[in-house]
Amino acid sequence: METLLLSRIQFAANISFHILFPTITIALAWFLFYFKIQHNRTGDEVWMRAYRFWVKVFALSFALGVVSGITMSFQFGTNWPGFMETVGNIAGPLLGYEVLTAFFMEATFLGIMLFGMNRVSNRVHTIATFLVAVGTSLSAFWILSLNSWMHTPTGFEMRDGVAFPLDWWEIIFNPSMPYRLAHMMVASGLTAAFLMAGLSAYRLLKGDHKPAPHLTLKTAVYAAALLIPVQIVLGDFHGLNTLKHQPAKVAAMEGLWETTEGAPLVLFGLPDEDQQRNHYALEIPGGASFILTHDWQGEVKGLNEFSDEHPPVAPVFWGFRIMVGLGVLMLAVAWVSSGYLWRRGALPDWLLKVLVGMTFAGWVATLAGWYVTEIGRQPYLVTGVLTTADAVTRVPSGNVATSLAIYLTLYSVLLIAYISALFLIARKAVLVDRDEEVSTLQDRYNPMTTSTGAAQ
Amino acid sequence: MTPTGEAYWLPFIFLALMGLTFLVYAVLDGYDLGVGILLPRDSEAQRDTMISSIGPFWDANETWLVLGVGIILIAFPAAHNVILFHLYLPVTLMLAGLILRGVAFDFRAKAPLDHKTRWDLAFWGGSLLATLSQGYMLGLYVMGFEKSVAAYSFAVLSAICVTAGYCLIGAAWLIMKTEGDLQLRAARWARRCAWLMALGLLVVSMVNPLISERVFDKWLSGGMGLFLLLIPVLCVLLFIVNDRFLAHFPYDNDFGCWLPFAITIGLFILAYSALAYSFYPYVVPEQLTFWEAASAPESLKFILVGVVIVLPAIIAYTLFSYRVFWGKARELTYY
Repeated sequence: METLLLSRIQFAANISFHILFPTITIALAWFLFYFKIQHNRTGDEVWMRAYRFWVKVFALSFALGVVSGITMSFQFGTNWPGFMETVGNIAGPLLGYEVLTAFFMEATFLGIMLFGMNRVSNRVHTIATFLVAVGTSLSAFWILSLNSWMHTPTGFEMRDGVAFPLDWWEIIFNPSMPYRLAHMMVASGLTAAFLMAGLSAYRLLKGDHKPAPHLTLKTAVYAAALLIPVQIVLGDFHGLNTLKHQPAKVAAMEGLWETTEGAPLVLFGLPDEDQQRNHYALEIPGGASFILTHDWQGEVKGLNEFSDEHPPVAPVFWGFRIMVGLGVLMLAVAWVSSGYLWRRGALPDWLLKVLVGMTFAGWVATLAGWYVTEIGRQPYLVTGVLTTADAVTRVPSGNVATSLAIYLTLYSVLLIAYISALFLIARKAVLVDRDEEVSTLQDRYNPMTTSTGAAQ
Repeated sequence: MTPTGEAYWLPFIFLALMGLTFLVYAVLDGYDLGVGILLPRDSEAQRDTMISSIGPFWDANETWLVLGVGIILIAFPAAHNVILFHLYLPVTLMLAGLILRGVAFDFRAKAPLDHKTRWDLAFWGGSLLATLSQGYMLGLYVMGFEKSVAAYSFAVLSAICVTAGYCLIGAAWLIMKTEGDLQLRAARWARRCAWLMALGLLVVSMVNPLISERVFDKWLSGGMGLFLLLIPVLCVLLFIVNDRFLAHFPYDNDFGCWLPFAITIGLFILAYSALAYSFYPYVVPEQLTFWEAASAPESLKFILVGVVIVLPAIIAYTLFSYRVFWGKARELTYY
């Protein structure tokens, strides 16, 4: 039991730390490609300066994503042997395709993208940037396919307790996959957009009057303003898809204890699993029914239908509210900022400060969303096929406690180092003036000079 | 009972792929881990050049480890579970090491200046920790995860041997990719590491047949005797050529700067084939053969299609990347 709990905490810690970085790099890679294309098209150096600043952020985020991803690839074997024993025939090839089609491509072309600018033609460098972006997205495709299959498994049969593939197309494009993939890609777009807006706003507040931070701010704010309504619609579709395949998860998200016609939308409340009710609930009558069935009097299944097979309610309930709340906040901030930029071409200081405050809003919303969907799948690891408790290792709990302590220490240090490094390179960029920026193009690679002032 | 048909040849193909992947990993990540361990305390400029020489490559190099572990996971899930169950703590330490060095590479250039030395220390420590853990795990694996003093001592010996090997290939990489004082220094490192590795290999090859009856029979009483003699003979030859070449280093016009690297790759291939020969057809020594551990043929076929299409592309763009960064490391440009 203790090994199970510690392994779950360890997996949650590992994947929570890991997901932070791909969430940034998946979309940031496309932003970089956009900067590069704009530079090629207009010949304006400012795009290249934006590229050079953000490629540093990209490199750092990518490195953190790679090392935490390597850790992830070992977690299945070290802590969840039952997962591979039961569904290895399906999970294995999907993971394999991710390594083969995505990891090598991103890693190799990232080398060319970061260090090869003066060694390859502009065309090849543009292609390298493009391939890195394709690689990060492909990687998201495969891993979300596997994750979705764990939620809505199809295209297989069980023989002697082991899953065997029947139809790979059905496995890869399982029912929740298109929704989850789209929802995650747009989440990445929003995370990267708010990161870009936040750091650019930070530079402007620190007195950076060069055109590059203003340009990235504008790009990021407009991108966020376009993406957020798309995300809300996608989220709605994804929710309806979940209602169809995993109704227990939706009941936990809504905090709905009994099957009800005209179920209320609980805006706030404290779910109490012992008494099977919400304390201090603030509700909109019929709201949940309207959202889920598009009918104010529609019937929504409550947790009572699933006896002991439903997930813990409080974390799913809260995770969902944090995600949606942040989404609404993002919508407001992105649209108000766009309005200012559209009319006056600049943002007032208070709005810049709000954007700095929301630099990592995408991270929080993404994590909250993942907690909803992953905790919402419990007690199963693969819905209806394998429970989490059956998959765990026999490794003594002392060993798991040791490894967990090592990971938690490392991750805390690295998270602090990462966030401070981002703001540090932003401050350094403020100090550099434009003439210097151009000359650094020809600087030979030397980490010492990049840290003393060549950072643009 | 050896199966026939696709239940035999499909797992066999994946066994070969897995073997190849770990060999490529040992060579590629071997040199960049080795460079990390060799980082000198006394010269920041040399540390900069050394790290820049592996800058464009380390990430892709480590991906071979993910592929190797991935292949065991995909093709031999039973073996994957047994191996990682026994290696739980060393795997954790290796991962901690890989995490530290991977991020130190970036942080050293982006963190405040007074933190740079600390990140360099993390780079060195992470590389050493990852390498020692890998060698230690190899030792435990060879001993079939026995829980005895002999097994643990053998694992420690193996850790030292692998560290010497990685340092050797790292130093040989630097001889090829750098110039001047650093190159001379690398030549001295390479010579010392080669002796240490030779000594380690000698002890391992004597101890291994003595502790495993099966390995003893395989090497000393089969009909392959004469052919197998080739491996140690070639090893000795390569060590001698390497040592003589390095003793008179440097030469005019940087003659043969690639030679130690090529020789070390040869040594890695020989040592690795000896190991592979000793354990074939087991994926977990004395416990699981490759066909017993294999996953379903329909899964192997599905992934094989991908391998056949994608692997040549991976090799092609890896070669392209090495061609782009051909030549001495000081010319690397970071922007």
